[in-house]
Amino acid sequence: MALISEGRFIEDAWRRLADEEALPKAGKVIVSLPRLQHALEVLAPDAALGVIVPNVTDPSALIDALPRLGLISISFPAFSDGRGFSLARLLRRAGFKGELRASGRLVADQYSHAVGCGFDTIEIPDDLAERQDEEQWRAALNVYTMSYQRGYSGRGSILEARRSAARS
Amino acid sequence: MTAVDLRVAQRPNAPLTTYRYDEYDAAFVRQRVAEFREQVRRRLSGALTEEEFRPFRLMNGLYLQLHAYMLRVAIPYGTLTARQMRQLADIADKWDKGYGHFTTRQNLQYNWPKLVDTPDILEALADVEMHAIQTSGNCIRNVTADHFAGVAVDEIEDPRPTAEFLRQWSSLHPEFSFLPRKFKMAVTGAAHDRAAILVHDIGLRIVRNDDGEIGYQVVVGGGLGRSPFVGKVVGEFVPRHDLLAFLEAIMRVYNRFGRRDNKYKARIKILVHEKGIDEIRAAVENEFAAMDRSVFAHDPNEFERIAGFFAPPPYETLPRDSQLLRAAKLGTPAFANFVDVNVSAHKIPGYAIVTVSLKPIGGVPGDATSDQMRVLADASERFGFGELRVSHEQNIILPHVKQDDLLALWRMLDAAGLATANAGLVSDIISCPGLDYCSLATARSIPIAQAISKRFADMSRQRRIGKLGIKISGCINACGHHHVGAIGILGLEKKGQESYQITLGGDPTFSASIGEILGPGVTAEQTPDVIEHLVDFYLAEREEGEAFIDTWRRLGHARFKDVLRREGEDGADI
Repeated sequence: MALISEGRFIEDAWRRLADEEALPKAGKVIVSLPRLQHALEVLAPDAALGVIVPNVTDPSALIDALPRLGLISISFPAFSDGRGFSLARLLRRAGFKGELRASGRLVADQYSHAVGCGFDTIEIPDDLAERQDEEQWRAALNVYTMSYQRGYSGRGSILEARRSAARS
Repeated sequence: MTAVDLRVAQRPNAPLTTYRYDEYDAAFVRQRVAEFREQVRRRLSGALTEEEFRPFRLMNGLYLQLHAYMLRVAIPYGTLTARQMRQLADIADKWDKGYGHFTTRQNLQYNWPKLVDTPDILEALADVEMHAIQTSGNCIRNVTADHFAGVAVDEIEDPRPTAEFLRQWSSLHPEFSFLPRKFKMAVTGAAHDRAAILVHDIGLRIVRNDDGEIGYQVVVGGGLGRSPFVGKVVGEFVPRHDLLAFLEAIMRVYNRFGRRDNKYKARIKILVHEKGIDEIRAAVENEFAAMDRSVFAHDPNEFERIAGFFAPPPYETLPRDSQLLRAAKLGTPAFANFVDVNVSAHKIPGYAIVTVSLKPIGGVPGDATSDQMRVLADASERFGFGELRVSHEQNIILPHVKQDDLLALWRMLDAAGLATANAGLVSDIISCPGLDYCSLATARSIPIAQAISKRFADMSRQRRIGKLGIKISGCINACGHHHVGAIGILGLEKKGQESYQITLGGDPTFSASIGEILGPGVTAEQTPDVIEHLVDFYLAEREEGEAFIDTWRRLGHARFKDVLRREGEDGADI
């Protein structure tokens, strides 16, 4: 797997724990959603904990855990399945401040959509990373200088720019 | 100086009759072209597989069809300037086969572009403030509007500022670009619906409440295709202040809960149908209540800025009725027929709205050659403040013509083969491209339209029949809107043979209804006969002033079914 952050391929500081693997006492681990409750109970309150969730997860199922989570990874079953974008928005709206990760066969051309919806990092399989190298991901972040929407992250809003131009 | 100021300075006499890009719009569209150029390069280099490239080329209007690529150019809310129309003509000559096809969604399609040329075509479009963004793909499509916007006598408010506002909001939306399926919106601001808003994913009707405040009736879940539905009201009165937030709420509910397991059940109409409108309304209202609406709050200054571009052109003060026109009609019967059929009332005294039919007898519905496009551009500048519209009936509208000028305009159109006096008549047929072009099609539609049109070639007979909408689709995806044709024709394939299923009683307006199937399918050869017999039956049975659909509603479907049955007894194999 390759991990992209701010247009660069980086080392992953987190480790995805297989369901049969025992929970380590320390270290940044990502558990599956069914194991989350157990992990919350046994780990120290300040232990780094992440969870990977399907893109159809009801955000209310995660609300109580949000302050304890350092990372939420949303899996994209197909790059054309946009449900993860809405789930990311809803988790940010619910106040999640940690790392939000999109995991799946996303392509570089979706990078700014993901950032706009609140994702920090993108995790893609190695074969995809070979075809779509770091340069393409970096370039994808800089295609547009501004966007038409308000309230989405990433680029400046054209509406805001017009508003301040009208004021000045 | 902004781009708009610059434009005005360069052409001080040019009225602002449609939206003009500012520096931000211009930069955005150029960046979109650059992105697509890079996507094509990466596709050719193998960085993108065809499967990965597909949604991105579709979101730039590029389809892979039966014989070639097809590029669908957006004509937002169907409004064009003369300069834009000339550029469309030049593109047709330079990169296509010298013609274009105007569609039922007010767009223009080129049927023969090469993949490698498409970035240059998009660049040429950007030169005249046009694009092909979101004319295809599972995203919010080009927003359509009443083609008589701003000039209709029955209008509460011009729907185009709203449509332009939505065009911008939906362009490359970070969250709603990978929806379960395509998403179409239409806006009307008139008492009579010419935008078919009840058969769109979202239909917006501008209304005024008891306090005189402008707002929107929001309809959701209409659509044609293989499962046609008339939309249902999800918001009875949404104030302008809340429009964007309300639409975001609908889109989020759809993006999360719309079906993705079966592409034929993925449109929002199926979600509305399966859950029921009450459950959908509750979900939308919950989402609306939960979101931070401040970021979507209406910006009156921005809306006014956009609305300003649609200000009325500098009309002259004229008498309501033109004496010149009256005299010309008496002197030239062919012109009189044209005026009676193709000219509509204008809200300004002494002016008229002219429909230029792209349905010549025996022609391809919606096609225009590059020369005809240039004639239309010239005509709009000579007689109509340089503004043109595309109607969802696949015709071109000149929205502000002085009644005094109608004769000169008619002569100019007639010389270019553009004066067919059949707007709204039986030969003004809506048709999809069908099996002649489309890879989805199961049957031909253009040749059927041509055969019916030839059958009714006698224009005096057409005028006797009166307004009658025939709509033809070459497959169940219903691009030809056959479900809402007073007479609908659906081309299917049965055991290797084309078979045409006829429906009656469709209606795309506020009294929307889906047509009912007449009986077993008929062959391509039989179709014009059956249509003719149905029309003759209507003529024999109609009461004074009764339209086809009214006669059908009064007599009932069974009486019309008998016509088809008699057809079978005549020896036809149906």
